[in-house]
Amino acid sequence: MLDKALTGGRRYWTWIFFLIAVIGVAFITYLKQFNDGLGITGLSRDVSWGLYIGQFTFLVGVAASAVMLVIPYYLHDFKKFGKIVILGEFLAISAVIMCILFIFVDMGQPMRIVNVILYPTLNSIMFWDSVVLMGYLALNLVIGWTTLGAERKGVRPPDWVKPLIYLSIPWAVSIHTVTAFLYAGIPGRHFWLTAVMAPRFLASAFAGGPALLILLALLVRKFTKFDPGHEPIQALAKIVTYAMFANVFLLGMEFFTAFYSNIPGHMHPFHYLYAGVEGHGKLVPLMWVSSIFALASLGLLVFPGLRKNEKILAFACVMLFTSLWIDKGFGLIIGGFVPNMFEGITEYWPSLPEAIITLGVWAIGLLVLTVLYKVAVSVREETA
Amino acid sequence: MYDSGKIIAGLIVFVLFVTFPFLSNMGKASAKPKPSIDTPVINQMQVKKCVESKEFMRSEHMQLLNNWRDSVVRNGDRIYVNKAGQSVTMSLQNTCMDCHSNKKKFCDECHNYMGVKPYCWTCHIAPKEKMPKENML
Amino acid sequence: MLDLSYRTEGEDAEGEHVMSMNRRQFLRLVGVSTVAGIGGTAVFSGLRNKGLEAVQTMPDPRALTAKRWGFVVDISKLQTDEDYQKCIDACHDIHNVPDMSSLPAELQKRQEVKWIWKDTFEHTFPTAPEDEYQNSELKEKNFFLFCNHCAEPACVRVCPTKATFKRKDGIVMQDMHRCIGCRFCMAACPFAARSFNWRDPRPFIKPGKENKEFPTRMIGVVEKCTFCYERLAKGMKPACVEASNGAIVFGDLEDPNSEVRKIIATKYTIRRKPELGTQPGIYYVIGGGEHA
Repeated sequence: MLDKALTGGRRYWTWIFFLIAVIGVAFITYLKQFNDGLGITGLSRDVSWGLYIGQFTFLVGVAASAVMLVIPYYLHDFKKFGKIVILGEFLAISAVIMCILFIFVDMGQPMRIVNVILYPTLNSIMFWDSVVLMGYLALNLVIGWTTLGAERKGVRPPDWVKPLIYLSIPWAVSIHTVTAFLYAGIPGRHFWLTAVMAPRFLASAFAGGPALLILLALLVRKFTKFDPGHEPIQALAKIVTYAMFANVFLLGMEFFTAFYSNIPGHMHPFHYLYAGVEGHGKLVPLMWVSSIFALASLGLLVFPGLRKNEKILAFACVMLFTSLWIDKGFGLIIGGFVPNMFEGITEYWPSLPEAIITLGVWAIGLLVLTVLYKVAVSVREETA
Repeated sequence: MYDSGKIIAGLIVFVLFVTFPFLSNMGKASAKPKPSIDTPVINQMQVKKCVESKEFMRSEHMQLLNNWRDSVVRNGDRIYVNKAGQSVTMSLQNTCMDCHSNKKKFCDECHNYMGVKPYCWTCHIAPKEKMPKENML
Repeated sequence: MLDLSYRTEGEDAEGEHVMSMNRRQFLRLVGVSTVAGIGGTAVFSGLRNKGLEAVQTMPDPRALTAKRWGFVVDISKLQTDEDYQKCIDACHDIHNVPDMSSLPAELQKRQEVKWIWKDTFEHTFPTAPEDEYQNSELKEKNFFLFCNHCAEPACVRVCPTKATFKRKDGIVMQDMHRCIGCRFCMAACPFAARSFNWRDPRPFIKPGKENKEFPTRMIGVVEKCTFCYERLAKGMKPACVEASNGAIVFGDLEDPNSEVRKIIATKYTIRRKPELGTQPGIYYVIGGGEHA
């Protein structure tokens, strides 16, 4: 079926070659980073994780969100999702590949990555994160490819796919819970040391991922002959709305605990992110944009009249996705490192090479997504 | 054959790619490596013996060093008792390179011939060569 | 699950006997063979016994041993900036710690590598926040900061490769060969004791001052104080202890007769962020001399 990605119109190939060009530039930049060290990024002794790990964290959420299609369709027989489950599974594959790449470009000695497998450390959350991510990638690859192949042949998928699909549901929840554990079990960093970290991760994942899926479904309808349909998109929009409410609510809880307890260590990261401390406030505008976008998108999504209008829905989804990308893909990480362990401030901002490499990984993800979606859409068009 | 142009072009590129290591080394004769043990410390030894026999070292020195590394760094054991019953301190930098202080004419001879680049000396400071042996701390 | 009925016998157009296999089955066969071949070789070579026999290695007989190494730091014994610098230089010189001061100031702060350094009370004990009524001498005096060699270290808990691990004698050790540079330990350490090599450290080692008996580190690995394990192994004191003129005392925290235990029993000592449960092994005497 992969050969279906080799045929396409001018728009398709222009997009593919544009992505390849971005990847090429990013690859050369990565070679420079590999040679000269991670010092060419904006990272520092105090802020030792930044954009790369933030993007990884955000994308694990996007990957997990496929479960929001799988549960209704496979567990509750919500037939409306039948046509778009494959889009969710393929998005998950693309997102997990990006996650793995972001980890790889963030490592100081990437050639030694095999050590994680050679010396498995059961008490290390990072070990478990790599296990569950690999497993999730394998699951989605097998499930997606098999069900699409069956659809193409016009038959039901083989029976052994069903248990794998059921397995993928708790597995999706696990990948994001384990990623949240990376942060929620660290003793010294108050911004992260909260039981609400995993629930908030899941809530923002189940809002942001389906929001992206809505946008992708609209794009698929616009650029191909496959129309996901109005109702599945509306169902997704309801999921996005409820999940976003949960996420914003939990964020509010974080604010309450920090400020009502009045404990300086708890309040300082919030001060830094939303108001700036001692003249240092690089992230303040971004965090406010994130919050305003979050509330604005909810304001649009909560009214069915507005939600049913697909243009307004798309606009709301863009705002929501951006808001979550800032919050989880950037603010969350920096908030854990600033103020530092001595209550001092070392700020962080990504450098240009860092941004280019990040764009390159996103381009690889988009390339994988484009190829997979092309295959899926082509099969749909063929069997229609 | 369909697309014969693309296929034949692709095959040619593939063959060139795969045989590139051989093509790029054509005409360059590589002499058999001759590691030299002409160093001040070895020259002063009555009986020129390494920690283990030459044959063992030739085939197993990498495994030996890996084991030394794990023993010193991870177990805290620093003394190695060789097959002849003698005790030596396990240290690439201070034991091996003490005698074999001519890295370019010893270690690099075989490594270059085999095309391997062990990165031990990125951290383990190699002795300065062509200079009188400096006083160790 | 694996459909091995790919070999179907049949007849082609001329009625000749033919074995047929389509492209997908062929690729599947190649893929499985490759994985089995590589995997089998890997398993086989992994099982090959490469370890040294136990009788072949042993500790140096001069080595100092303890059940749990720790420090007591009495800053009342340190007066001038030079007193502090002597200890810092002693450590950084013999361990080939790179000196980034030739970089522009902002870059130096971001990429500095330090195993031992000094800082104020407020920064050393930040969970006892700014107290305007506190003893002013205590507020102004500098403390030594290093790795706390915790008994329940968070860094060891999170390391995915056991590149950082706790030795039986309590030292939290760093295996530079195994470190993949993921920096999870740096995120986990509540005391910011760890430094990462953001660039190649070799050009930054003070020329002529490198210790040829100790390695350097390479780009992309984490490093920190390792309690001078290489000196303890030869029966010597840690370098900072030696240079501190009695301000830093080392010993076995689990030996009630050790000097460190005697000081802890008689003077008031505190540790950094004890509420986090990592059980640091570095004790700071408060009120050692006449003043703080």
